[in-house]
Amino acid sequence: MLLSSDDPFLARPNSLHSCARQRLQKEERISFTLIEMARSLAGFLVLLLVISICEAASLFQPISDSHRSAALELFTSDHGSFKSLEETYEALRTFQILGIEKKPDVTAAACRSISETVGSSSTPKDLFYALKANSIAQCKIHEKASEGIISSLNAAVSGASLLLDFYYSIGGLVLIKDQSSKADIHLADAEGVFRSVKAFSQSDGRWRYSSNNPESSAFAAGIALETLAGIVSLASSELDQSLISTLKNDISKLFDSIEKYDDGTLYFDDKLVDGHEYQGPLSTTSSVLRGLTAFAAATTGNINLPGDKILGLAKFFLGIGVPGDAKDFFYQVDALACLESNRVSAPLILSLSSAVLSLNKKDSLKVRVTTVLGSNAPPLTVKLVGAFTSGSKDASLVESQELKFDHGSGLHILNDLPKSIDVGSYTFVFEVVLQEPEDEKVYVTGSQTKVPIFVTGIIKIENSEITILDSDLGSVESQSKLDLAAKNAVSLSANHLQKLRLSFQLITPRGRAFKPHQAFLKLRHESKVEHIFVVGNSGKQFEIVLNFLGLVEKFFYLSGKYDMELTVGDAAMENSLLVAIGHLELDLPEAPEKAPRPPPQPVDPYSRYGPKAEITHIFRAPEKRPPQELSLAFLGLTILPLLGFLIGLLRLGVNMKNFPTKPVPATFAVLFHVGIGAVLLLYVFFWLKLDLFQTLKAVGFLGVFLVFVGHRTLSHLAAASAKLKSA
Amino acid sequence: MGRASSKEDAGALFHSLRSAYAATPLNLKIIDLYVGFSIFTALIQVVYMAIVGSFPFNSFLSGVLSCVGTAVLAVCLRIQVNKENKEFKDLPPERAFADFVLCNLVLHLVIMNFLG
Repeated sequence: MLLSSDDPFLARPNSLHSCARQRLQKEERISFTLIEMARSLAGFLVLLLVISICEAASLFQPISDSHRSAALELFTSDHGSFKSLEETYEALRTFQILGIEKKPDVTAAACRSISETVGSSSTPKDLFYALKANSIAQCKIHEKASEGIISSLNAAVSGASLLLDFYYSIGGLVLIKDQSSKADIHLADAEGVFRSVKAFSQSDGRWRYSSNNPESSAFAAGIALETLAGIVSLASSELDQSLISTLKNDISKLFDSIEKYDDGTLYFDDKLVDGHEYQGPLSTTSSVLRGLTAFAAATTGNINLPGDKILGLAKFFLGIGVPGDAKDFFYQVDALACLESNRVSAPLILSLSSAVLSLNKKDSLKVRVTTVLGSNAPPLTVKLVGAFTSGSKDASLVESQELKFDHGSGLHILNDLPKSIDVGSYTFVFEVVLQEPEDEKVYVTGSQTKVPIFVTGIIKIENSEITILDSDLGSVESQSKLDLAAKNAVSLSANHLQKLRLSFQLITPRGRAFKPHQAFLKLRHESKVEHIFVVGNSGKQFEIVLNFLGLVEKFFYLSGKYDMELTVGDAAMENSLLVAIGHLELDLPEAPEKAPRPPPQPVDPYSRYGPKAEITHIFRAPEKRPPQELSLAFLGLTILPLLGFLIGLLRLGVNMKNFPTKPVPATFAVLFHVGIGAVLLLYVFFWLKLDLFQTLKAVGFLGVFLVFVGHRTLSHLAAASAKLKSA
Repeated sequence: MGRASSKEDAGALFHSLRSAYAATPLNLKIIDLYVGFSIFTALIQVVYMAIVGSFPFNSFLSGVLSCVGTAVLAVCLRIQVNKENKEFKDLPPERAFADFVLCNLVLHLVIMNFLG
């Protein structure tokens, strides 16, 4: 039965959980020496407990629904068909392990590609993957086709020289044996093939891919083990037991090369020689596990592997979480399926649905023990053997107690957290004890499991009060009680000769004094200049005293209204607060000349790029003009000489006797005067509104006319005077 | 004795000047009057500028120069027209007058442009 409880990855009730978990995983590793610790009996007991905890606390979750939904997202197919047979197989196997229903189009497409591969002559690799996919898709293969496969695979076995050739051909034969109706498919010379595959092995437990290539890898070891398991199952007669036992030795040597992470997970990894060939720890470990479980299934007798190594490998795969790549997903899930049911030992995983417990909500500690794929575990009891404050080496805070098993939900529950557990982060140590002694041969639980637990609660704030004191005498000027749970509107006033004192107490749900991560008092002036002070504590009481005499310069001599805000916060505090206390009218002395100015407050980013103030162009101030009357007077004065000229002309006796009387010359004379008048009028228009070019054009025309007319007139006059002179 | 005589001399000089001037032909007298008028106008403009300041200096200049220019042209005309002037004996006075008119027109075009 697979788990369907709330998804531990999505339903984290408190976002602090992941932070707490990361914090705890980074906690100092408990390093110790025997001599140091063994000083007293109590210390000895602690020593026993601590020795068994050789790794940091960490939380592993078995496969859950989030895996299933991720699998559906990752293994996308184009109308059911995948890019290659290998991918088809991987997708089908993943869905099978996770219990996801087979989609008909996927199965149909798989059957199509399988029958295609099976029908035509394909390489052993293609046949291998086609048969692997078929073992899940269960498509029918024709008799003739299967006969053809068997014969070609047999030929491949005899002609194989590389490890992978053996792997594909032997693997194919094993699969076709299960799938076809023919019952007897045997290897002709099983021992010979066994030896030729064994020839690839090395003394350190790793295997080579071919006799030419000296590079060896654990990945190849896994492949080789699978191949050898296939040979054993296909052999018609019993193989030499010495061969099997040497192989078991090889396996233990391989496991000696296992690598370890700090949180207790174990894995296999190969040296990075050729980037192209490098497989990575996930696929390498997965391959080794596959080989190991196949070999254990094929042979009789035990393979002695310590249970904690199996458990470490299981934790490695579970610690990945949900992989983002289809190939990684397959490796993880396939390896976990091997671990789930194998002949060596099946690991049992202890997990918690929530590692953050609230004291005030009276959360109970719920522990689940399942197999790696989330199936039910055999009957067992879970004991809480110890609880330690994170990072401390003190004695356990709780006594060893058993958790109650609830049959309905399958959880082991500890209803009330012991009184010694207050808010904060702890490491709980659990022990899983199987009830049936036979189960001990089948399952492995690990000696002790350390789990990080974070306990939160509502912190009570008591005795909070704010006081204004006289600096010299210490006498209280004004005092008010505060209720820090709600917004306050205390209004105080002080001058620079006084002190402000704020004090309060923090009590945990268990009644102990609490020291939070943050306790700040912020004073903000009306001009947005802020000052932040840390509230110090002395044992039970939190208190801060602001002596304004010393703070005058820090406050930039800014008098006025200050808003006061108190911040108290902690990860374990469910009611962290940021509360306004009230206002403080502060009267500070005047700033001296060289006083520092307050820092410029951050400009509102929108106003920086917003429209700027409009600039009005300041024109040159117009010159002072003279009063209009003066100008008009002088205008009159200017006309005066003209009048004087005209009067003078009259006085002189000017006459028009010389004006021609005959009509033609008279016309010309008139035209001459009209022309001059026209030019002068043109000049007036020029000044009023015309521009130079227009004027010049007009002057050109008028000038030509004038010249012509003037010439006629003046020549007539000249002729007349010459006639007069001669006469 | 000397002062009185200089005063008398000045008086006598003035009288002789006046009588000699009366003998000039009419057209020359007209031209002289014209010159006087234009110079007087220029003087009035200068006095005005002295009072109010030379803010639109170009206007002041064009006004004064128009007067002075036309006076100069009139003087040229007088020289050319004066029968006693042997240099311009062959130049008909109408021709001189035509030059005077043309030059005045050009002068006034420039003046109007500069007036602003």
